[in-house]
Amino acid sequence: MPAELPEHSRSRLFPQQARIGRTRRARGVLIRIDSVTKRYPDGTVAVDRLSLEIPDRSVTVLVGPSGCGKTTTLRMINRMVEPSEGSILLDGQDIRQQPVNTLRRSMGYVIQNAGLFQHRTILDNIATVPRLLGRPKREARARAAELMERVGLDAALAKRYPYQLSGGQQQRVGVARALAADPPVLLMDEPFSAVDPVVRKGLQDELLRIQDELGKTIVFVTHDIDEAIKLGTKVAVLRTGGRLAQFAPPAELLSAPADAFVEDFLGADRGIRRLSFFPAAGLELQTAPVVPIDADAGRLASGAAAPYLLVTDADGRPLGWSEPDRLTAGAVDRERLLDFGRPFVPDTDSLRTALDGAVLSPTGWAVAVDGEGRAVGVVSQQVIGEAIRDAHGRVAARADAKAGR
Amino acid sequence: MNVLDFARAFFSDGAHWHGYDGIPTRFGEHVRYSLEALLIAAAIGLPVGLVTGHYGRGGNALAFLATAGRALPSFGLLVLMFIWIGFGLLPVMIPLVVLAVPPILVTTYEAVRSVDPSPVDAARGMGMPEARVLFQVEVPVALPLILSGLRTAAIQIVSTATIAAYVSLGGIGRYIIDGLYQKDYEKVVGGATLVAGLALVTLALFWAVSRLTVSPGVRRSG
Repeated sequence: MPAELPEHSRSRLFPQQARIGRTRRARGVLIRIDSVTKRYPDGTVAVDRLSLEIPDRSVTVLVGPSGCGKTTTLRMINRMVEPSEGSILLDGQDIRQQPVNTLRRSMGYVIQNAGLFQHRTILDNIATVPRLLGRPKREARARAAELMERVGLDAALAKRYPYQLSGGQQQRVGVARALAADPPVLLMDEPFSAVDPVVRKGLQDELLRIQDELGKTIVFVTHDIDEAIKLGTKVAVLRTGGRLAQFAPPAELLSAPADAFVEDFLGADRGIRRLSFFPAAGLELQTAPVVPIDADAGRLASGAAAPYLLVTDADGRPLGWSEPDRLTAGAVDRERLLDFGRPFVPDTDSLRTALDGAVLSPTGWAVAVDGEGRAVGVVSQQVIGEAIRDAHGRVAARADAKAGR
Repeated sequence: MNVLDFARAFFSDGAHWHGYDGIPTRFGEHVRYSLEALLIAAAIGLPVGLVTGHYGRGGNALAFLATAGRALPSFGLLVLMFIWIGFGLLPVMIPLVVLAVPPILVTTYEAVRSVDPSPVDAARGMGMPEARVLFQVEVPVALPLILSGLRTAAIQIVSTATIAAYVSLGGIGRYIIDGLYQKDYEKVVGGATLVAGLALVTLALFWAVSRLTVSPGVRRSG
């Protein structure tokens, strides 16, 4: 039966279960935003008495509609904007206690459109902060080359100029440049919002992979709630006028939005999206309806109780569905099989993927495959529905226990 | 006799190639006046343009000054300065500098101001000191435009420096002024050809400087 995953695990990335363990090793609060207000001379309040505790070694996402002060909040952490009231503590120390440029060099900074220096090669762009810190050129470049590899950039790009790179590649350079001096904190201001959705997904996965390896404290600003839920260990939803609406792990946000604003901001299908946080591993799979294409009459008859049979090739890879009485042993026509939709991998996918597979399948049954794409069983919408109710029930029970009821 | 004949006659006359009124001397004088005027104008225009462009302020005041500077007739200013100061290089330098500062100042201001703000923001966010932001982020990107301002100024100086001869100084202008006075059109055409040639050499020099100093990353994307 599906057990609920740690709340801050990232659903669509179950393969990297190891990361979940790593991100959990947070040592405590690294950045404490304490009742901070930013008021501009014209009277506009961008951020209103915001308090936020940003945990160490995790991704904290600030999300909200435009004008909610999320970027202003981020920029106050590296003092690109000075707060009007309140204070920000880094590791217990007021950030105003050290020289502003020393503070900034200890925090990686990634912005929309990357903001690369067009007159410098990719390698020299990445070497910027080590050079600012006084590292010799050779050493800084060696470090830059190392980072190019880390963010998945081909070493052949080192001598190129930014204009020769695609938007996605430029943004990778932006991330590499921010990481070059190995800062404990990474501030990212809508870094992926200017690239197309496919590239964006790649960059997001890459960021999670890098975070798994490096364990930085990342503060990430976005207006995209899906991005927030995918990347965030914790998500702070801000409302217009710079006030905090809710600060919670993504699963909690989806299951218990604090108010109508958060619920509205999460969008219509938060129930479906929440399924991303429940693994599909516990689903009860049926193997009887799975038959190989060269099955004999006896084998076909044994599955005949099921409304549909899933025909696989000799290696066990699914080919399509068919009603049992339309199959003749030894003469299965591949062309007449029904499409089997999108299979899911029980060990790594979520209930959302499984349900999606079942909804897409013309038979209403989802196909489960192993890592090599061989069918390991099938599961009906009904069974998935029961698994969802079970998972919800367990979360509710845990919440009750926590509340001491 | 047409213009080409005049020019050929002027340059083939051996007497024009040496002595205090020879082409090498006059050419050298002209180059010296031009260089001095350009250096002074750059020393005024570049810093003011860089700083105002970096902070994005003072654009209106600059536009006003530039228009005023351009409206002043160089020749009138020369005569005025000559009457006021008397003989010497200074009354020549003032109109040349007044002529050259506006293009340098205004283009430099515009060049720095129009640099894409996101790399500048990134540089500050990385902890780059302001002076480095200006010289290592903004100037390299603004360089092609800044050089074009300097080039415009240099060409204007080279052609206008001929007026130095009017107040009894040297330079290529000597041939033109003297030639007109003596009704020696060979000399006039020869002088004019030399000025045009020097202007072309100036253009070529700026092209070479820009090839050498502007990063390929900027040249291609700019």
